[in-house]
Formats: sequence, structure tokens, C-alpha cells
Amino acid sequence: MRYFPLTNTDREEMKKEIGINDVKELFSDIPKEKSYFSLKNFPPMLHENELIRDFKKYGEKNTFSNFSSFLGGGAYDHFIPETVKYLSSRGEFLTPYTPYQPEVSQGSLQAMFEYQTMISMLTGLDISNSSLYDGGTAAAEGVLLAARKTRKKRIAIASNIHPEYLEIIKTYVQNIDIEIDIVEHDISTGTINPEKLDSILTEEHGGILFQSPNFFGVIEDSEKISGIIHKYKGYSIQAVSEAFSLPFISSPGSNGVDIAVGEAQSFGLPLSFGGPFLGFIVAKKELVRQMPGRLVGQTVDSEGKRGYVLTLSTREQHIKREKATSNICSNQAWCALRASIYLTLLGESGLKDISKSNHLNTTYFVNKVSDFSNVEVKYKRNFFNEIVLEIKNMDSELFLSELKKKNILAGIPLKWFFEEYKNSILVNFTELHTREQIDNFIKSVGELQ
Amino acid sequence: MDQKNLKFTNDHEWIRVDGTVATIGVSDYAQKELGDVVYIELPQVGDTFSKGDACSNIESVKAVNDIYTPLSGEITEVNESLEDKPESINQSPYEDGWIFKIRIDNSEELDDLMSSDKYEEYLKGI
Repeated sequence: MRYFPLTNTDREEMKKEIGINDVKELFSDIPKEKSYFSLKNFPPMLHENELIRDFKKYGEKNTFSNFSSFLGGGAYDHFIPETVKYLSSRGEFLTPYTPYQPEVSQGSLQAMFEYQTMISMLTGLDISNSSLYDGGTAAAEGVLLAARKTRKKRIAIASNIHPEYLEIIKTYVQNIDIEIDIVEHDISTGTINPEKLDSILTEEHGGILFQSPNFFGVIEDSEKISGIIHKYKGYSIQAVSEAFSLPFISSPGSNGVDIAVGEAQSFGLPLSFGGPFLGFIVAKKELVRQMPGRLVGQTVDSEGKRGYVLTLSTREQHIKREKATSNICSNQAWCALRASIYLTLLGESGLKDISKSNHLNTTYFVNKVSDFSNVEVKYKRNFFNEIVLEIKNMDSELFLSELKKKNILAGIPLKWFFEEYKNSILVNFTELHTREQIDNFIKSVGELQ
Repeated sequence: MDQKNLKFTNDHEWIRVDGTVATIGVSDYAQKELGDVVYIELPQVGDTFSKGDACSNIESVKAVNDIYTPLSGEITEVNESLEDKPESINQSPYEDGWIFKIRIDNSEELDDLMSSDKYEEYLKGI
């Protein structure tokens, strides 16, 4: 195929058409200090061996493996079998662009289809797309989906969803005709109070987005919340930032939730300093025509043999242009592939076992730490693998730095996000924590009394 | 349905006028050109459109096409049975395959439409 680059005349015409003088104006939303154009003092060219030497030095700064980490808050450290790494690294799957042509991509398409099937089973909902960028953008797409289908312009959002998800949603809706109403959670329980929710919601609301387990690790009464929004003919949207909670608690679908969105990084993806992660969106069948993104379907070819193809593409941007359901026209195919492999390897019982051991490790800590007077587990009921720990005798950041001296990363200071939680931290336990690590953590907390 | 009583547009929509309300669908020629219709996105009752606005779209195995309202006004009724049976557009374009009804805001717009005979002529020229 021949490639025709733009000429300067093309560029000038395009700039004139949209009314800008300089291409840089297109990037005016990006803070100046983060802008590519402001990169100064770029280092000079180096030899290969010099580069390796320099990068080794950077690598030595990464001392994470020396620590016991109890950091969660939307990114979770779970075990990843070598098989996931090996299979997903095969050349057939490693491509800079997701292969969608059915005549050459049956393997990839089947992996996507199976990913969709497993996400659908885990959430108890009908239709999953073949992935989105991450939990935050998936939450935003869930909000847009509800607004699109109901043609309503207000969406209620619980204040205890992941604060970064909320920020992403606000960015998504800032230039479109959708209003967000925040529903404050009850600080004494960490959850949404159904009576209060009922008094806030109206017929004007196209939906409520809540998270369960919420940002504080507490499981919400999603059945009650769904029942309330349904009275007002809106959709119940549940965000899930820890996908491992899905096999542990009753599924969103069984609780009357219409749309589930969230982060599936826990299924076979490493933390990697925050990405790439894996967003999922799954909904009831009545919403399929309004779903964003790619969908893989199963069909038969002219000889009656089973095959896989992209389906319902007419919702998408390359066909519907500005009337597309979403500006998403790609997915996280490789990350979804890893989740597909991971979930297949574990199977239902494996998933449930690991899920349970996350909870048991958390329960063990909660019980043991109740002996100490310097800390208090704020919400002792209905947690899964994450808890809020209130520090009674010192500043939470001092507490964290004391434990860091003992190679323990104890948690995330909640004051980063919520004023009301200024002396609390968010602590996460997974199947990777050994009894010894948790005992050592508990002992170190005791020593700070 | 006697096709003689219908009016047509260049975009192959048909219009049947009953007093102040017009029923709109796509012509037999259009449904043949589209091929098997698999989905139709209907307008919402209560929406108002100006003549020429894309108010609905029709998806066939071949393509997605907008349907432009030939008249300005408010949508009074939509054919919800098409949601489950979009094939009615192929099987019965002038009866079961009607798409929406619109309250006529400006009856002068009717003058721009073609009679059945004129439409037949128009088709011969395509």
C-alpha cells in the first residue's frame, strides 16, 4: 500500500479550517510542565553500552521486592502463573495492532470471545464487550451508557467510589450535557445509606454509579441500591475495582445491577507502575445496541463451521462517525488475552479458593490487630480484602514512614483523597501475603503503641 | 395499500398524509437496495425535527443509512414492532414496515414531495 504523507499545504488548510495558527494549540489542555513541547535539556545521544549502564542504575532504584507491600486502592498484587506470561508472549499474539480480520485472526478472536464469556459469567450479566482501557474509563463509559439509553442528563455517583474513577468521569462529562450528583456516603458505616439515596434520586436520574466493594473495601447493598434506582426508571451501575471480589460476593447481575464496570488487572496483569490495566464493561442484553467498544461474536462460516467475528460494529466510530455510541474504537486485546488465559488456568474452583484466601488473610489481620489500642479497623463488617485502619496515636504518614523503615509498605494514606479520613490508611491483603509477613506487620504495628 | 396515494422523496422515503399527521417509511426500491434489514434505530416520541434532519437509521447486512424526515414536526408515534421484526421493512415496506408518524408543522413542505407517478419516473432515471 502506498503511503501519502501530508504536505505543508494540507496542514495549512487544515489549521485554517479548524481555526488554529499552531498545532501546539491542539494540546492546550495538557498542563505545560507535562507537555512534550516543554522538554528541555534532553540528554545527548548515548552508545548502546552507555545506555544499558544508565538504565541499570535506574533499575537499581526499584527496591519494591525488598518490601512487604499492603498497598491496594485499585491496583492489586496477585500471583501470576508463568503459563500466562509464556502463552501471552507468543509471537502470534504480540502485535502492535489488534488483529480483527476474521480470515487471519481466529485464535485472537476466540480468546476475546472467551474473555467476554467469562466476564459475563463472573458478573452475572448478559453482554460483555471485549475490554476497555481501565477501571476508570470503564466507569465513565458506564455512566455514558446509562445516560444514552435513558436519554436522561443526570447521573448520581456515590462519593465512595475510587476517587480517581470519579476524576476521570468528571473529565469525560465536562464538555457534554451530563450532570453529576454526588451521593455522600455514611462515614460511620463507610457505605451508601439507602434511605438517603432514595431521598436524593429522582426521575431525572438516568442511573446511579456505586462501587462494591467500595473504595474503603466495604461491600455495598447493591440489591437495595438497584431497587431504589429502578423505581426512578434509571440504571444501576456497579463499579468493581478489585475483580477478585467477583467470585467471593454475590454477582452484580443477581443483585439487580444493570451495568457492571471495572478493573480486571487482578486477572493476570502485573502492577507495572500503573498500567496497562484492563477495563471491563458488561450489561443486560437490552443495552447491547448502546454498548461502547468492540464486541466479538460467535457464528458459522459458509461450511457451517464455528468461527468468530467482530459483531455489531455499526455502533462504532469507523461506521457511525459522530453518532457512534462511544469514541472508543479499540480495546486492550492483549491484556484481555492475559485475563482469558489466567481465568482458564484457574477455573471456577481455583478462582474461588484464591478469592477466599484473600479474605482469610484480611480477617486474620483484622482479628489480631484488634488487641492494639494505637490502631482501629474502621469498618469491621462486610469487607473483602481491603480495610480502613485508623491510626490513633500519631500522624498517618508518620505511621507509614515508621513501618517503611521496617520494609513494610503498610497502606495508602486516605488523606490524599478524603479530608474526613485524615488519620486513616487503606490496607490490602492478597493470597500472596504469607502468614509470616502478616505476623511481622502486626508485630510492627504493636511496637508503635 | 394503494401506492398511488403515497408521496415520495428523492431519498426514497414514502409519506402518507392523514389530516395533520404523516406516516413515513422507506420505498420498495429502497428496501431492495438496502438488502436484509437487521436493525432500526427509531426516533423517540416527542422529539421534534426539521425537514431534512436525520431522525432514525436503518441497518442492513450491507450498510447503515440515515433516514431523513421529509417534513418538520413532532414525532407522535413510532413502529415499535420493528425492534423485534426489522424484516417487516423488507416484507411489507408500505404496510407493516412503516417507521414513524410525525405531526405536520408546515404543510407547504408537502409541495416538495413527488407523486407516485413522478417517483416511478424518477426511479427510471437512476
